[in-house]
Amino acid sequence: MLDKNGIAKRIAKEVKDGYYVNLGIGIPTLVANFVREDIEVEFQSENGVLGMGPFPFEGEEDADIINAGKQTITTLPGASFFDSATSFSMIRGKHVDLTILGAMEVAENGDIANWKIPGKMVKGMGGAMDLVASAENIIVAMMHTNKRGESKLLKKCSLPLTGVGCVTKIVTNLAVLQIKDDGFHLLERAPGVSVEDIQAATEGTLVVNGEIPEMEI
Amino acid sequence: MINKKVSSVSEALQGVSSGMTFMLGGFGLCGIPENSITELVKLGLTNLTCISNNAGVDDFGLGLLLQNHQVKKMISSYVGENDEFERQMLSGELEVELTPQGTLAEKCRAAQAGFPAFYTPAGYGTEVAEGKETREFNGKMYVLEEAFKADYSFVKAWKGDEAGNLIFKGTARNFNPCMCGAATITVAEVEELVPVGELDPNQIHIPGIFVQRIFQGEKYEKRIEQRTVRPKL
Repeated sequence: MLDKNGIAKRIAKEVKDGYYVNLGIGIPTLVANFVREDIEVEFQSENGVLGMGPFPFEGEEDADIINAGKQTITTLPGASFFDSATSFSMIRGKHVDLTILGAMEVAENGDIANWKIPGKMVKGMGGAMDLVASAENIIVAMMHTNKRGESKLLKKCSLPLTGVGCVTKIVTNLAVLQIKDDGFHLLERAPGVSVEDIQAATEGTLVVNGEIPEMEI
Repeated sequence: MINKKVSSVSEALQGVSSGMTFMLGGFGLCGIPENSITELVKLGLTNLTCISNNAGVDDFGLGLLLQNHQVKKMISSYVGENDEFERQMLSGELEVELTPQGTLAEKCRAAQAGFPAFYTPAGYGTEVAEGKETREFNGKMYVLEEAFKADYSFVKAWKGDEAGNLIFKGTARNFNPCMCGAATITVAEVEELVPVGELDPNQIHIPGIFVQRIFQGEKYEKRIEQRTVRPKL
């Protein structure tokens, strides 16, 4: 089974040379730590920066340079700043190659829910609805089950949707899965996790074709 | 040169009244019009509708207007980090219209650019699209979203000149340029206001035509919401 860093590490392998990538808050943010150093990748933050670098050194933080999580950041050579409308032109216009975000629920048809739990304080969708509605390459990073042990990979989402039919790939603490017309296709198992374990933790249709390899991390 | 300079924040805010709709720039606490917000609190206007990506924190930014019960409705994409906001929202005191962030930005830009509405894929199939016209283009579904209508835009830039030309810094740019010229009157506050001729026309982010009033803010706290650093080697 993977921890959060393990999920991020596995997703980092999906980041290819020349990609512009938008990382959501939570596990997705960790992905930047594991991207190969021999490839060129630029990270976009929807509040208006392309070419994000690491957190600043103590004493060098600048209130005017933050990411979408409102954390102080730095920029790398070649970085640019832009306004919010331009930022979402990059996203809606499919100029961003890969979007990695978290989710509360994913359905076997690619629907995603990650912004609202009825009866609880609703903080808002931020940029999530724009991101999922536009990107063609969306990877969801999440735990396979919720805190109560219930599956987050469902036949149908029970929570209010963020987007419809948009998720293609999911990386969880248990598995890598691809969404196709007939459900969640199991691609890889996390180290030490069996197909049966994954089946037991998946409420939606799990498609298992042949031998399923263990992830290489 | 058409001079947009006003001498003080109180002069800049002349004409504002209760019940109006305001746009306020900023992302979190980054690039917010601090001086205009302070003045709005001082003026004690009520029943305001505020269009702003976020709602500040309890004791800073738009949170100050909320503490003072001056806001009737917020139009935002994300409103966490504010306990008083949560209390007013759950008690029904405060109306909240959550809007996807890209749609929020485009509703500002549409108002600025003279488009009454636009189609976006964001929110299709979700509760955000309920009651809105949808339409298919090239096999994909889109939602019709209308441009905002606002009385005043309050924006914050890094530098500006007396002609109202603006230059922003870093990610403090965010929604500010989209809101310039998107309301009946745009009030820009800047950290440094210079005479015309001092800013290179090649470097202007927002031309003065989109700005009606400009002033230099008295002070900027520039509070950091999430200070994240790594230790010095």
